[in-house]
Amino acid sequence: MSLELLLFLILALIAIASALGMLLSRHAVYAALFLVLNFATVAVFYLLLNAPFIAMAQITVYAGAIMVLFIFVIMLLGTEVLPPSPVLPWQRPLAFLLALGLLAESVYLLFFRQRLTLSLPATIDPFSGPKAIGQALFTGYLLPFEITSILLLVAMVGAILLTRKER
Amino acid sequence: MIPLAWYIALSAVLFTIGALGVLVRRNPLVIFMSIELMLNSANLAFIAFSHAFGALSGQVFVFFVMAVAAAEVAVGLALIVAIFRTKHTINVDEMNSLKG
Repeated sequence: MSLELLLFLILALIAIASALGMLLSRHAVYAALFLVLNFATVAVFYLLLNAPFIAMAQITVYAGAIMVLFIFVIMLLGTEVLPPSPVLPWQRPLAFLLALGLLAESVYLLFFRQRLTLSLPATIDPFSGPKAIGQALFTGYLLPFEITSILLLVAMVGAILLTRKER
Repeated sequence: MIPLAWYIALSAVLFTIGALGVLVRRNPLVIFMSIELMLNSANLAFIAFSHAFGALSGQVFVFFVMAVAAAEVAVGLALIVAIFRTKHTINVDEMNSLKG
């Protein structure tokens, strides 16, 4: 077993365990912290997959900005633990059944229909550094990039409008 | 040497956990976190394919997905705060009318 394989297995274990921790923890702040761990693990996967720029963006945007916003709202509303509410008795088993169906479907489609026998190249080539990403963004994808900035502006105006005090 | 299929399998498992979170949890903040988990698993698949085929477009798409996720979280959390102001609870079972 090579070192890379060992690293992949350990990281995959941490990623799945932290995702399950997010799913199962009663306390919303613990769920958020589990999700931060999951995002950091996925960022390491991006580094393994030769995408250093995306890995750093993952850390700053997801694990930084988005999760800080989540924790801020959780603590602002004081909704760490919701009071228990009556649950439909058939809801949980049905949800697990549907999730199993989704997993089975995706595994079937990905492994038995597509034949993903491709192996990943292990060499670190400089094709995906920040310079290459920037060149791609500002040449081939310039219009979507500008639309993204408008989208962020619209989201900011919408968030301010929604949380404004009613007069 | 790690086969591409392993990354795709990990991505499918993370996506399923996210979908399960949307189905079973009652706290809308945790439901939002599950949606983020699903977006993240799709990003992982994008990056794995980008690396396997040596194409940069996958990474550019992930960049756009991150921007859209940031916008979605800002608006979604603002909605949750607005709902909390009018109803004084954020349990999803209480959100059963469009009128505030």
